[in-house]
Amino acid sequence: MANHAGNYTPGNGFERWMDERLPIIRFSKEHLMDFPTPKNLNYWWTFGGILAFMLVVQIVTGIILVMHYTPHVDLAFASVEHIRRDVNYGRIIQGTHAVGASMFFVALYVHMFRGLYYGSYKAPREIIWMLGVILFILVMATAFMGYVLPWGQMSLWGATVITGLFSAIPVIGEPIQTLLLGGFSVANPTLNRFFSLHYLLPFIIAAVVVLHIWALHVPGNNNPVGVEVKESRDTLPFHPYFTMKDLFAIVVFLIPFAWFVFFAPDILGHADNYIPGDPLVTPAHIVPEWYLLPYYAMLRAIDFDVLFIEARLGGVLVMFGSLAILFVLPWLDRSPVRSGTFRPLFKPFYWVFVFTFIVLAYLGAQPAEGIYVLLAQICTAYYFGYFLIILPLLSRIETPAPLPASISESVLAKSKKAAA
Amino acid sequence: MIKKKSLLGALVLAATMAFSANPAQAAGETAHAYQQSWTFSGVFGTYDRNQLRRGFQVFKEACSSCHGLDFIAFRNLSEPGGPQYSEEAVRALAAEFTVEDIEAEGGERPAIPADRWPDPFENDQIARDANSGALPPDLSLMAKARTIHQEFPWWVFNYFTAYQEGGADYIYNLLTRYAEPPEGEELQPGMYYNEFYGPIVMPNPLSDGLISYEGEGTPETVEQYALDVAAFLQWTADPHMVSRKQMGFRVMIFLVLLAGMMYLVKRKIWANAH
Amino acid sequence: MATASETKATRRDFLYVATGAVGAVGVAAVVWPLIDQLNPDASVLALASAQFDLSPIAEGSSVTVMWRGMPVFIRHRTQAEIEAARAVDVATLRDPESDADRVKEGHEQWLVMVANCTHLGCVPVGESGDYDGWFCPCHGSQFDTAGRIRRGPAPTNLVVPPYEFLTDTLIEIG
Repeated sequence: MANHAGNYTPGNGFERWMDERLPIIRFSKEHLMDFPTPKNLNYWWTFGGILAFMLVVQIVTGIILVMHYTPHVDLAFASVEHIRRDVNYGRIIQGTHAVGASMFFVALYVHMFRGLYYGSYKAPREIIWMLGVILFILVMATAFMGYVLPWGQMSLWGATVITGLFSAIPVIGEPIQTLLLGGFSVANPTLNRFFSLHYLLPFIIAAVVVLHIWALHVPGNNNPVGVEVKESRDTLPFHPYFTMKDLFAIVVFLIPFAWFVFFAPDILGHADNYIPGDPLVTPAHIVPEWYLLPYYAMLRAIDFDVLFIEARLGGVLVMFGSLAILFVLPWLDRSPVRSGTFRPLFKPFYWVFVFTFIVLAYLGAQPAEGIYVLLAQICTAYYFGYFLIILPLLSRIETPAPLPASISESVLAKSKKAAA
Repeated sequence: MIKKKSLLGALVLAATMAFSANPAQAAGETAHAYQQSWTFSGVFGTYDRNQLRRGFQVFKEACSSCHGLDFIAFRNLSEPGGPQYSEEAVRALAAEFTVEDIEAEGGERPAIPADRWPDPFENDQIARDANSGALPPDLSLMAKARTIHQEFPWWVFNYFTAYQEGGADYIYNLLTRYAEPPEGEELQPGMYYNEFYGPIVMPNPLSDGLISYEGEGTPETVEQYALDVAAFLQWTADPHMVSRKQMGFRVMIFLVLLAGMMYLVKRKIWANAH
Repeated sequence: MATASETKATRRDFLYVATGAVGAVGVAAVVWPLIDQLNPDASVLALASAQFDLSPIAEGSSVTVMWRGMPVFIRHRTQAEIEAARAVDVATLRDPESDADRVKEGHEQWLVMVANCTHLGCVPVGESGDYDGWFCPCHGSQFDTAGRIRRGPAPTNLVVPPYEFLTDTLIEIG
């Protein structure tokens, strides 16, 4: 794909002058406009663009909220109410930021599950995938710290529970927790540092996004058939074909987004977070926001000791392990076929994986007792089994369906089928 | 084939969101709640000004001696979309109250519309001492800070009907379901029994005929008082709901239009692709 | 043939332009709230006008009240002060304003002024200076009994804020 470069010739004197000094026009032309993109990308591929858009939305609304927010335990809750009640358009801007976090994760999960289905993590795209996992973790950390800022009951107690995870680490756990909190419980120092980091992390995320796209532009996009681009007939320039497709997808994505912002801004959150944080009263059920629930369910699924590892530490290891395992995924799934479409055995296991992930999310919101714990344990086992056993095994025993010779051939076959 | 599966995936993902966002149930939220039909529920919902005014009266006469309304300023009472009293009426109402002001002579002065609703107690400890050790919670966000328990799959529909009135339902149920404790249940001294909440420190604040409404035609019953004050507290929790929804309609229409046009543009551009 | 492709091109262009225009409207509609949020919010605007009761202010004394975060002098002037202010030849002033321009008709005894010196914003001291008005300790500006600049670096008279009398003893500033 290196051959995409070199078809830019500076149009006028100014462009020539710039090109010899800061070739930013060349860069935009080659990477944002002419970049050859597989012509068969489906709408699942628009979620990358949607995510970039959402990052901008969150940063812009976030910077505005900071202009009116007060990071102090006595004032934070009231300042968020002040934004909702008094600041011009504050209700909408705050709602956009809060609902935006949820919509960000909707897009993020779709984007990741798309990658999992179409084998986008396979060579030569391992780095893109790993940067993506880093982004996922950074976004989760940012969302978690952002949720603490309104200083409602869920903010305070969610922060208490999550930072409590660190205390499970033997010997150094408690000093680490104290270090994170800046005290012995979640209090004003914690709120202030979370605020600082919540402001910082999005810019780090933006930087990693640049790396993510850089890494993407070396081998180019994967595509729904998983066959590499072979000739220029297989691709279309990014602009206008994919810019317009992505823009269309963004506008469609904005419809459910606006639905929540304008008609049900609180429905994705918890009622308890409208009670000011009170270190003397714990909510009946401490539940993280929906997007963290699958991991929360895995954390709670481990309620038994394994050898010298006590249950609490086990839960933490499983939770972090569930993210860490994604880093080595490219080396676990050795099947030479990328796209799940041509993997008859892979498909059912994949959909069961999606289903168990959703069940985990459901279980994360339920009380950790009885049947819920057992189900969470089964789903957690499948989560790890999928990566550690099923994918490696499948790549040995599976006979893939015949692959199309090229992207353009598959596109032609499809349009013929449609015509017939 | 892929399409169908993808669609399934999308549905499943949407369901995750719906499933997992099931609100946590706090104490008192497990009992079955009788849902009411509120004028402000759903996307077309809007406040009934007269109901808000009656609800404000109930709050003032039955609740405000113990409960605060921290996030409401007097001026809010004259804003559009709310009870919308005249500015003179609000100024006169505010003047009935005294607020602390370190810059004023003697440290206090009559309230003005810009002031917040004054707290009934000087501080939390005094409030506790006056109420058998329990702190009467501030009511300005009560309608958002509480919700009712709904069984699966009923709450799933809330995402599509934009039903967010669980808090108002909660308040209504709490206020209308005071009862004698069930047989065999011993109440601690100073506690009352509520069918919806369980043992509760707050005595039943309402009784038929307690508050006399202006004009004819509105029943002066506990049922009506509870509905009205629940509506009022929904407004105090979400004072800009009406303008927010109005803006929402314009935004939705715009987005659908733009999406349609973008689709045509996209199709036109892609027509040259093959 | 040529006309057919021409119409096609026009229709396509129209679609692009129309979509671009609708999109631009959308962007503008999003940008406005992001800017408007910088404007004073409802709680600030609620204090933008404030009422003050004048009845406790005895003749010959003044009070300083806060309005929009600024100190405001309200002075109950004596007859002598009013006459002194009226006696000045307006033409000789740096910032020519008659005494009547600076008070409300029928309420000439009341002088209401923002208490920040028009030079660099210090708060002048009352009943002092060569003109028995105000004297700014920062750079020595002197104001007369109508708050007009008479000597010193201040370029203009002390600012009279918009206000009106609701009753004989109640004013609303702002």
